[in-house]
Amino acid sequence: MIPYKKNYTTRKKRSQTLLFALFSLMSYSVVGILLLILGFIIVKGIGVINWEFISTAPEEGMTKGGIFPAIVGTFYLIIGSALFAFPVGIMSGIYMNEYAPKGKVVQFIRMMTNNLSGIPSIVFGLFGMALFVNTMGFGDSILAGSLTLGLLCLPLVIRTTEEALKAIPDSYREGSYALGATKLQTVRRIILPMGMPNIITGLILSVGRVSGETAPILFTCAAYFLPHLPNSVLDQCMALPYHLYVIATSGTNVEAQLPIAYGTALVLILIILIVNLLANVLRRYFDRKVKTN
Amino acid sequence: MRKPFERIIEGILACSGYITSVVIILIVVFLFREAFGLFKSPAVEEGYTIALNRTNKVSEDQFHAQTLKLVFDSEITNWSNLGGADEEILLFRLDDLTNYYSEEELGSNLENVPDCINKLVDSIPGIIAFIPKLYVASNFKGRLIEDVAITPKDFLAGKEWFPTSTPSAQFGLLPLITGTLWVSLFAILFALPFGLAVSIYMAEIAHLKIRNIMKPMIELLAGIPSVVYGFFGLVVIVPFIQKVFHLPVGESGLAGSLVLAIMALPTIITVSEDAIRNCPRSMREASLALGASHWQTIYRVVLPHSFSGISSAIVLGIGRAIGETMAVLMVTGNAAVIPTSLLEPLRTIPATIAAELGEAPAGGAHYQALFMLGVVLFFITLTINLAVEQITKQQKS
Repeated sequence: MIPYKKNYTTRKKRSQTLLFALFSLMSYSVVGILLLILGFIIVKGIGVINWEFISTAPEEGMTKGGIFPAIVGTFYLIIGSALFAFPVGIMSGIYMNEYAPKGKVVQFIRMMTNNLSGIPSIVFGLFGMALFVNTMGFGDSILAGSLTLGLLCLPLVIRTTEEALKAIPDSYREGSYALGATKLQTVRRIILPMGMPNIITGLILSVGRVSGETAPILFTCAAYFLPHLPNSVLDQCMALPYHLYVIATSGTNVEAQLPIAYGTALVLILIILIVNLLANVLRRYFDRKVKTN
Repeated sequence: MRKPFERIIEGILACSGYITSVVIILIVVFLFREAFGLFKSPAVEEGYTIALNRTNKVSEDQFHAQTLKLVFDSEITNWSNLGGADEEILLFRLDDLTNYYSEEELGSNLENVPDCINKLVDSIPGIIAFIPKLYVASNFKGRLIEDVAITPKDFLAGKEWFPTSTPSAQFGLLPLITGTLWVSLFAILFALPFGLAVSIYMAEIAHLKIRNIMKPMIELLAGIPSVVYGFFGLVVIVPFIQKVFHLPVGESGLAGSLVLAIMALPTIITVSEDAIRNCPRSMREASLALGASHWQTIYRVVLPHSFSGISSAIVLGIGRAIGETMAVLMVTGNAAVIPTSLLEPLRTIPATIAAELGEAPAGGAHYQALFMLGVVLFFITLTINLAVEQITKQQKS
């Protein structure tokens, strides 16, 4: 009996080791895919990027020159959508966690927010075109594009705000009330400053999301090619992700345009990398600060 | 003074609290408003009409978009197939006019064209003519098929998506929806084993240090823009597939599925890892105390316990794949046919909208059909979201 049992357990052990090895192998291969994508684009794009590429406009049917207008356009879109989505989203998050009656109301709002975040970005594009471009008459413009992108990242802002505020213990609220502060004073002086670090991290991540989205701006704002920078919010603008899409798919001169595509992809990836890094660093910094306090 | 001010602020906060609900309602209203005209717009191209010989008794209901296409593609060649007399169908388009009449008979300024068409339609019993409304004579003796609108059946059961087809544009949903489901399904099949393995590894097996490195990397994978995935697919995966399977073009459903699988991975991993971590420690300990190995505990205790969380991860992954636009648009080849194999080009609903909306004139049937696709997409994803909601609710109770 004893040898059999011993045998049995070693077999069990061996198959478990084998299985766990397989799992770790699969996990590392997923990380490998990420590194492969990043590495591929970095290696191919690094030679293209120089000051000229970043600071000049495309030339000769986008076979030469840089991507300056696209960078500026993406920057404008980030600012525009942030101006709309950040205040509204943060207020919505505050309402959900601090003011709304717990239970049905919060559940309903949360369900709607989840639904909104599940809607495909191309549907946002259609909606933006129908509402902002056609009905409100903004035309293809930075304004219409920013509003569409703002709506897209709204659920993300709301959710991170709510999570951040939820993490603050009730004792702080009670302490503030006990000192005679009103609800608004409590929110403004105690809750918001305490939740701010986590909220800011969420806002930074939503900037990353906005800067990479293509489908919502296809029909609301993005221009194929503009030799000059936009003058007002009612102008069209170029944007990095759309520019990458255009030169990667509808190029006439593939050999000349492929390097530009790699360069554009790298700039886009760098923005995302920096945004993610910044969010992580901030998160750690604030965590440490809270601990030492 | 304080009180009214607080009230106002509270009101503003409440308003912004409901903004997501308002946006969803607005999306429904506006998509429907733009899309609804589709079933009122004529099945025949704008400004044209279909004319038959006056003796032709085929009922008007027969002339919807799909049959018109079959007739004009010469796939239906006899009127008896449409419930009429046993007579050969003779197709007539405006270009064919010179086969019947000389240029003098048509007149130097084409002023006799209406009369010629009138005579022609009157004399040939089996004729079906596709002519501009401009050229219908005032004393026209044939039978005009007018007011045939695109029907919901044409849209929902149509087997072809061919918006530029004449005389009747085809807005069939079937090839697009099968393309979408096909790609998403295979994407999940590819992604699921990896997603599960990674989430089990991260939640159960890996050291905390390794997990702390892997977690932000998975988040980064989720943060890469879809257009970059599409570009990577286009320059790496597509040529690779073309070479391996010896295909004429590498753009295919397989390329789309692979790219989508990579994109769905972060969603699947984060949601199912959370579910696995939520399994109470006491259950694990009880299992281990009974002499179960680590793997047996995972397989028999942890995974069944987190089943609903993992299924919501799968459903969310499918939802993400169905709605994905740019990456799919760039790598699937965009052929609007009902797919039969993964190695053929196919086309999804979001990719169709993205590719065609720029060229569709606002307010036309094509434009409305694209918004109708948006409505379909909206309701598919809404169903998926509600399903996830339901699953998580069950999990909690």
